[in-house]
Amino acid sequence: MATSVPVQDGVFSGSPDRPRLLGSRCTTCGTYAFPTQSGCARCTGTSMEPVELATRGRLWTWTVQGFPPKAPPYAGNADPATFESYGVGYVELPGQVKVETRLTENDPTKLQIGMEMELVLVPLRTDAEGRELVTFAFRPVAGEEGRS
Amino acid sequence: MTEVAIIGIGMHEFGRTDGVSGMDQGVLATRRALADCGVRWEDMQFAVGGSADAGNPDTMVSKLGLTGLQFTNVYNGCATGGSALFTASNTIRSGVYDLGIAIGFDKHERGAFRVNTKSSGLGEWYGASGLALTTQFFGMKINRYMHEHGITQPTLAKVAAKAFRNGALNPMAWRRKPLSEEEILESPMLSYPLTQYMFCQPAEGAVSLVLCRADKAHDYTDRPIFLKAAVVRSRRFGSFEVLAPSLAVESNDGPTVDASRAAFEMAGIGPDEVDVAQLQDTEVGAEIMHMAENGFCAHGEQERLLAEGATEINGRLPVNTDGGCLANGEPIGASGLRQVYENVLQLRGDAGARQVPDNPTVAYTHVYGAPGISGVTILAR
Repeated sequence: MATSVPVQDGVFSGSPDRPRLLGSRCTTCGTYAFPTQSGCARCTGTSMEPVELATRGRLWTWTVQGFPPKAPPYAGNADPATFESYGVGYVELPGQVKVETRLTENDPTKLQIGMEMELVLVPLRTDAEGRELVTFAFRPVAGEEGRS
Repeated sequence: MTEVAIIGIGMHEFGRTDGVSGMDQGVLATRRALADCGVRWEDMQFAVGGSADAGNPDTMVSKLGLTGLQFTNVYNGCATGGSALFTASNTIRSGVYDLGIAIGFDKHERGAFRVNTKSSGLGEWYGASGLALTTQFFGMKINRYMHEHGITQPTLAKVAAKAFRNGALNPMAWRRKPLSEEEILESPMLSYPLTQYMFCQPAEGAVSLVLCRADKAHDYTDRPIFLKAAVVRSRRFGSFEVLAPSLAVESNDGPTVDASRAAFEMAGIGPDEVDVAQLQDTEVGAEIMHMAENGFCAHGEQERLLAEGATEINGRLPVNTDGGCLANGEPIGASGLRQVYENVLQLRGDAGARQVPDNPTVAYTHVYGAPGISGVTILAR
């Protein structure tokens, strides 16, 4: 099995089958942040504690990235000949935060605002040593696809 | 407080001008603005300049003349032009100087803006993961808005068709060929629900505006335009803005709503008194949402207003009469000043084939840019 390398340390943790997004919570007002930060955007407090965020939430809005992003900064496949579109959305983690994320689904007819989503890791590319560079994404929870 | 007047305007054509640097386009726009009001570069007591990709504006002095004036560079994403004007206006309002110039120019590489995640305070993972595209934000914001407020995709196409129709009437515009709503809807889908012709493109161009104390304006021109309000606001907690890895669960008004309210208060008028408006149209959805965020209609009312043609040049509230960003492209440093340039033409009655009828007296501009900043001006004759 290929070794997985996170796109950047400190954004998510856990094993590929049990990933967690790493955020912060303000110990003064309880507001969540993602990714981690040292201050609270709501109350301007500076006492933040690290937290693992919920792994399920509902799709708040979405789009589909239809053309290859410029590389850099993009680390995935930006070759126009073989580029595959991918979904992008905000998933609302109940009572925490709306996280901007790639979506595993890129078909507009299968994406609905309000559908339930869960956190997974997806490969961006494989390097010369066969290691997979991975980032996080959300996928529709089984049974939610195509629900209208 | 000292009032401010715009006495001279100059522009370098928008679009692509191969072989002419962005800064040289700024120099040309500046000379045109000086000629417009019959003043000389050596009369300028100060300058404020903005450019994202075409060089440090203050180095223009080597081309315009080394007169020793104060020259301040500003940068605020797509709101750079708005910030240049705001800064220049406040320099006069404060009483420090009587006469100066706001300059904006740019020249970008082709294709969607390449976001520098580091300078935007974002982790490398954000761009590497395929998220740092401003186009995605606009697709997601209008998709949510359509879901909440019943705006349909044919209405999106109407906005682009209007922009290219108006651009065809504007000799300074880049896109001067009208496109049908069908052509717009059938162009490639870039970021659902937005197709290629629903987006503006990074481009080139320059605008300069000569400003002076309002009580001295008639020394230079017999038709000054008065700057009744210039406001810039950043985002508050809970707003939904571009290049945001996360959003609060609770929601709040964005910087456009805040800047608009403050500008109307400063000018002492309401939205119903505005005769012509230039609203940030990075893409068609932005123009639709910004109509409501700037107070010109209720959320969702745009569907009916656009069907009625209310935002056409001859409509009840003409919007983006020069073709907006959609027909002019977006040179970041110049874009906000282009809107003001167009409004000065409209208020002077000099807008030619795209002149708003019945002698407009009040005109409004709005720019929006990363990472959630809005600039609004209100002009009056």
